Amino acid sequence: MNNKFFHHALYFSKETCIGCTHCMRVCPTQAIRVRNGKAELLPNRCIDCGECYRVCPVDAVKVEQDDFNLIYNYKYRVVLIPGVFLGQFPEDINQQQIYSVLIELGFTHVCEVETGAEILKSVMADYIDENLHIRPMISSFCPAIVRLIQVKFPSLVNHLIPLKQPLDIAGFYAKQLLIKQGAEQDEIGVFYITPCAAKIAAIKSPVGETQSVIDGVINIDFAYNKVLTIIRQSKSKKFPSAKESNLSPESILWALTTGESSVMRGRSLAIDGISNVIEFLEQLENEEMSNIDFLELRACDESCAGGILTSSNRFFTSERLRNRAKSVQHPAERNENDIHNFREYLSKHFSIEKIKPRSMLKLDENIGSALEKMKKVNELMEILPYVDCGICGSPTCQSLAEDTVRNETEISRCIFIQRILEQKGTFTNEESVKIMKEIWGEGKLDKDLK
Amino acid sequence: MMEPMHLQYELEGGNFTKAGFASSEIKKVLKQLNVDAKTIKRIVVSSYEAEVNIVAHAYSGIINAWIDNEKIVLHFNDKGPGIPDIEMAMQAGYSTASPAVREMGFGAGMGLPNIKNNVDLLEINSEVNKGTLVKFTIGLTPEMN
Repeated sequence: MNNKFFHHALYFSKETCIGCTHCMRVCPTQAIRVRNGKAELLPNRCIDCGECYRVCPVDAVKVEQDDFNLIYNYKYRVVLIPGVFLGQFPEDINQQQIYSVLIELGFTHVCEVETGAEILKSVMADYIDENLHIRPMISSFCPAIVRLIQVKFPSLVNHLIPLKQPLDIAGFYAKQLLIKQGAEQDEIGVFYITPCAAKIAAIKSPVGETQSVIDGVINIDFAYNKVLTIIRQSKSKKFPSAKESNLSPESILWALTTGESSVMRGRSLAIDGISNVIEFLEQLENEEMSNIDFLELRACDESCAGGILTSSNRFFTSERLRNRAKSVQHPAERNENDIHNFREYLSKHFSIEKIKPRSMLKLDENIGSALEKMKKVNELMEILPYVDCGICGSPTCQSLAEDTVRNETEISRCIFIQRILEQKGTFTNEESVKIMKEIWGEGKLDKDLK
Repeated sequence: MMEPMHLQYELEGGNFTKAGFASSEIKKVLKQLNVDAKTIKRIVVSSYEAEVNIVAHAYSGIINAWIDNEKIVLHFNDKGPGIPDIEMAMQAGYSTASPAVREMGFGAGMGLPNIKNNVDLLEINSEVNKGTLVKFTIGLTPEMN
């Protein structure tokens, strides 16, 4: 079985974590446990959705990012900006200002991620048409969703469309454009301003390809604060005019909810929010839904506008992008550097390998052993309280039972079981205090009561 | 031979909101047992059809499932109108569903034929005005299929 390490962009700071249970409760794949008073991540289950990041009361959930100075390893420094980055800024700041400040910060070229969507939309629509035997087809746009399907819905991995996404396509395009203009391949660094952790994980450990075309990531909150500070500090300054993008309205809206579904042919549905997606996929597993052609699934509410690293309110971000799409004059002018002229080159890079399942649900590889374990889980469930309090350090009674059967914890960590044993006289207060300290650390029980 | 694991679910006729619950629960169990995805799909599709049959036609029903390391055996036992002509009901497209049920997207006459296509062993016993017992077995390991 493939047990290779899965790279995660999220990690918990042991120093900052206060050992509450907020993250453990919201994790959609039950990838978090509390041990020794600190949250721990189970790497095989985590899908980098970042729900833990949203709820942590003390900012102990961190998202890795590359050192900004990494950009200077390259002569040509391209920054790939997603539409939602522009959508972070208030209305009095325009696209040209943002572009110029990015250049001032050290980049040599600015390219919008959604440029890649200009090409992808027809490639994807054709792919869906050509694969009529698979319905519905599911977009691979959101890396958290791809990982969710791998770990929780392994039977649906063959529904995922094995095509690269606008980000990668834009990366290939930016590099090829510079090469055409005389640059060497290894002189070019492409950096992506990311709204979420899942995209970072997708770049650092891509699914269905060996290495990403993206050379580094910059978190959107970091970039937003840098750019906004410069703009606010130089109010009177005239920014050199940068070229306006000539994205089509469809591409501008690509990363928002219905961005893909409204462009695909046939019957399409768009679903955002991880719990909505899980509910739908449960149903999709049970029923034949061959009358749906395409599913756009996004982990975040309001899709990328709601990315965990964004600063602006997601509804305002959406509104700004929708307004921008409305203001586009069509048809946009195309010049020799237009991405459409690179279609033939890019078409060699569209496909990714088959995405493989990596189920986290199985209790054992062998059905017979799994069945024995499940019987034990069911026996344990009969004595557990169904309170899902999390005091045992596992998110639910069910997960405590499963963790126990996997020998990763002990049933006596349940405070209800402890009380039951105490009543029977087979368990002492000292023992229960010892167990509580193992789960929650010394501090929480070491307090003075007046 | 190991003692099979037993699961039981109750069904209420006419409650389409709950139709699919049992199949969904059975699916969760099979995923934990590391049964391969294609086999799970066959089991879930056929048990879902049988479940909907009870909800659409009968007054009440009980589902029993037994799982061991080789197979799953499912019994769908309902109190209801029964099937007068089982052979006819096995034909694709033949349906006795009421217009109201069809309006809800069910009753296309594919229930029993769909089950037959997905299971390894199928047995149907029915008594008119009393009820129907649909029993089927699906092997859990690919070499059994």
